[in-house]
Order: sequence, then structure tokens, then C-alpha cells
Amino acid sequence: MENDDINLTVNATNTNAATGGNALDEGRVGTNGLQTKGVHVWFGKHHVLEDISLDFPANSVTGLIGPSGCGKSTFLRVLNRMHEFIPGAAMAGEVFLDGEEIYGPKVDVTAMRLKVGMVFQKPNPFPSMTIAENVLAGLKLANIKVQDKDSLLEECLTRAGLWKEVKDRLKLSGSSLSGGQQQRLCIARALAVKPKVLLMDEPCSALDPASTLKVEETIVQLSADMTIVVVTHNMQQAARVSDFCAFFLSDGGPGQVVEADRTSVIFSSPSDQRTADYVQGRFG
Amino acid sequence: MSIATVDKPTDDGPPRRAITNQRNASDKRFRAVVTAGAMFAFVVLALIAGFLLFRGFEVFKEFGFGFLTSSTWDSGTGESLEGASFGVAAMLVGSVIVALMAMILALPFVIGTSLFLEYYIGKKLRAVLVSILDLMAAIPSIIYGLWGYLVLMPYAAGWAETINKYFGWIPIFKVDVENFDASPFISALVLGLMIIPIASSVTREVYSRAPQDQISAAYALGGSRWGALKAVVLPFGRSGLIGGMLLGLGRALGETVAVLLTLNLVFELKFQVLASAGGNVASLIASRIGEAGPSEIKALMAAGLVLFTLTLLVNFGASIIVSRTSKVAQ
Repeated sequence: MENDDINLTVNATNTNAATGGNALDEGRVGTNGLQTKGVHVWFGKHHVLEDISLDFPANSVTGLIGPSGCGKSTFLRVLNRMHEFIPGAAMAGEVFLDGEEIYGPKVDVTAMRLKVGMVFQKPNPFPSMTIAENVLAGLKLANIKVQDKDSLLEECLTRAGLWKEVKDRLKLSGSSLSGGQQQRLCIARALAVKPKVLLMDEPCSALDPASTLKVEETIVQLSADMTIVVVTHNMQQAARVSDFCAFFLSDGGPGQVVEADRTSVIFSSPSDQRTADYVQGRFG
Repeated sequence: MSIATVDKPTDDGPPRRAITNQRNASDKRFRAVVTAGAMFAFVVLALIAGFLLFRGFEVFKEFGFGFLTSSTWDSGTGESLEGASFGVAAMLVGSVIVALMAMILALPFVIGTSLFLEYYIGKKLRAVLVSILDLMAAIPSIIYGLWGYLVLMPYAAGWAETINKYFGWIPIFKVDVENFDASPFISALVLGLMIIPIASSVTREVYSRAPQDQISAAYALGGSRWGALKAVVLPFGRSGLIGGMLLGLGRALGETVAVLLTLNLVFELKFQVLASAGGNVASLIASRIGEAGPSEIKALMAAGLVLFTLTLLVNFGASIIVSRTSKVAQ
């Protein structure tokens, strides 16, 4: 299978990726969640991603795995148009959120990003704001008025698994927290604007093992009512937190999706030899 | 390398090793050159202060604190301080008023220019505009002064009249005599224009170093460009903005010739910024030195010392504020 049809559309019976596409969510109906169709990305003249069609079902965790430089993080940015801030970046193809094109001519990008939140590799709380202000920063940025800020604050910090640790020091600066706490603060901040999708770009790569575990627990809990896409280099993490996995690979040319399936399938019986080699740590 | 130990034995364990280092000859020579260069600057500064103090000393001895609080300027016989009466209160207060007004007028333009250059235009246009901005900072102040006097003043006097008409009930906008030429307001407009380039240059530089990951975070939270700038860049750049503005304030306080052309010096302590009467220490010295007798020269030297001290204090305060705010921002 080269770059022929890697469509991960609803297909309950076909398990052969090469001939039709994988069923990520068997029997799922409608257009909930996030879908991409034929996404290409270029940096200047450099073609970095080729024909990526993936389906991220609602209320699931999808892991994007693959060696460095294969375009996973770039692809993640395409999902909420953050790649548009990279000079020279251009994309082709379509991205749908609950059936609506996010690249449509009438789409308000800032409003779209309220629905598709993002957590970055390096924790990036706003240092000039307190912990509480950080969590509520998105509301302020988007001019959203909330009746009960205190309960929203508690709810977001609780969902991010941070409430117990910071409830007595909400007035302290966000940068007074440890790296792991800062990352969970960033997750809480992303949750405050009630996104439907949360994109996470190697959220644990700068964290120690204990903090990593906490963030992973948070991811699993959040997936009960939101769609999560997480880029990770850590195979164990992908196995622990994700329901589905997409394996990205670049053979010198643009990055492509080699295989996408249920995580259990990717790790136990992948259909492509390269996937098997990668998840077993034989390269990358 | 010699090995030395701290002489005094300590109670807790063996003696601590002192840090020692044998410098070689070229290092010693370079150290001497660098030290001499640095010392030279300090020595010149001290000599200037000493010169002003020496020449103005008699004035301070004669008038004491009154030199700072009175506003009369009468050289008496012109030969000795006997019978003369000097005081710079009006000039000093005028200097501060004009400089502060210039800062207030310049501030929105400094923020706007800095943000525009760094976040609203492309690389190529930015390079062109930044070099134009730097050129503006290099325009001699006499040019600003001439332009202010010949071109700006007729219009600005009209603006001042309008402000006076509608806001005259605010004490500082009141005038006793309806002459709006050569007022502190017009001087401040010219000075404000003069400090925009220099303050923007410093501010833009700091704004450009705002952390990209935090800007991305603001965008990813559904922030508009203005939202991201407000949440990240403005707080981050606060110290740079303050530093740039205070650099401008330093320039505005000491500005001589542009003020000389656009301000009517009057020895009377007044707080009417639209009226054709103001004070300025630097311009006072420049305007009087040519025809001053021995006693007045002494007074002008003392005035120079006051101005020198004021600008030193402002710069000192500036560095404290900058270091304090940059700590908070990090």
C-alpha cells in the first residue's frame, strides 16, 4: 500500500487497509467528530504531507505516531489552522468538524479555534497572569461572558486533575507551578472555552514520568465527552491512552499515513510491515 | 597557578579553597585598556558635575533652597550676586510639565508604531519602515524646532484655542490671556514627535522578543491578533515600553533648541499649559548665556547643575523601574 486510498471512513467489515480503508469506529453514524479529506501541506516548495484522509470519531482518543519529521505536528496544526502562522505554509484538502468545513470561506477562524483547542509540547501558561486568570484567559480573549466564573474555574481545574494541588494558591502566578502542573494548567485553560476537540502536540515530552501519568489519566477522562487527537513519540503512551492510532511515515518525500486503525490492531496485528517494525521499536 | 587557602580555619570541616587565577600578560594589558576606558567616562561625568558645582556654588550659598523655590530672575548690578535675585522654580516645573506632556502625547503612537512594525506588516516593509524610523531619530532637534515654529504652531494654536473653549473649566486648560502661541502644549507636541522614534525603537525591539509559544497559545484559545497582543506581547513588553519612554523623557527634559523656538519663557510659576508662557531650564541657559554678566553666568551654571541632577535622577529611576518590571514579566 503506497498512498492509495487510506480513507478511514465508516466501514464495519473491511479490515484490509489496502483495499478500502479501516473502520475506526464500527457502526458509527453521522458526521460527529473531526474528519480530514485529502490534506496536503507544503512549506514553501517543500511538500511535507501528502493526501491525508483521517477520521477522528467523537469522544475518542486518536494517537498520531511516527518518526520525527514525518509531519505529525504539522498535520495537527492543520486541524485548527494554527499552521497558518508558519511563514510559507500552505495546505490543500478539506477538514470537517461535525460535518462543517473549517476552511470554508465564511468561517471565523477565532470562533473555530474555540471549538478546536490545542495543548502544546512545552507548557506555555501566561506568566503575567495568576493561575485563575490563566484558566479563564480564553474567555477573556474571546470576550465570552460567564455567569459563575468560580465554578467554571473549579470544574476546569478538576477535569485537568489540578484542582486539589492549586485550590489554595489560585492567586499565584502560573509560572510558580512545576512543569507538569503547568501543562495541566494549560489543559485546564484549553477546557475553559468548552472545545469539542482537543489537539495535543506531544503534551508529555517535557514532563517527568509521574506528571506524564497524571496527564495521561486526564486525557482518558476527558475523552468521555470530547474528541482528542494526540501526537506522541512514546509508544507506551499511545497504547495506554488512545483508542485509535494513525502511523505517519516519510520515506524522504512527503509524509503519508501508512496505516490507521484501532490501537489494539496497530499494536498487535498491523497490516503493514513498517507499522509493525515501528511499534516494536525496530526503527524511528 | 598558585594554590591558596582561606587563612581563617573554619569550625565545620577543612578550610575552603580560595579561587585564584594567574593572569597572563595579554589578559592584563586588555584589562588595563578596558578599565581605563570605563574610568574615563566616569571621570568626565564627575568633572562635569564638579565644574557645575564649582561655578554654581556661590549661587547656592547666596540663595540656598530659595534658588529652587523662587521664580524671579533679576541680575541686579550684573557684577555680583549682591542685590541680584535668581530662582529656577518656574523653569524647573516648566521642564517637567513639557516633558511629561510630551510623554503622554507620544505614548499611544509609540505603542501603535511598535506593534504595527512587529505584528502587522511583512518582513520587507518592516525593514524599510524601521530604517526610516531610525532616520527620524537622527533628525537634528533644530529641524524639529523650526518645523514646530513655522509650520505646526499656527495650527496648534488653533487646536489649543478649541481645547480651551470646550475644556477651559479644567484648571490646566484655563488661560488668563488669550494667546495660544509658544505654549507648553505646542512645545510638548514637538518634543512628543521627537521622542516617538527613539522610544518606538526600544519598545519594538522588546516586543519582537515576546515568546512565540505564548502567542500561539493565545491564538489557539480563540484569541484574535489584538487579543494575543494584549494577553502576551503588551505584558511581556511593559519593561521595554517603560524603558523606551523614560529614554525619551531623558531626551525631552534636556532638549534645548526645539523648546527655545516653540516656548515663550516666562518667570512665573503657572500651570496653564495652553497659555503662551512656560519654563524650561535648558532653554533658559541657551537663551541667556550670550548676554549674561558674571553674576548671571553663575546662576546659569547653578541652573545647569539642577538640570543635570534632575536628568540623572530620572535615568536612575528609569533603570530601577525597568529592572523591577522585567523581573515581574519573566
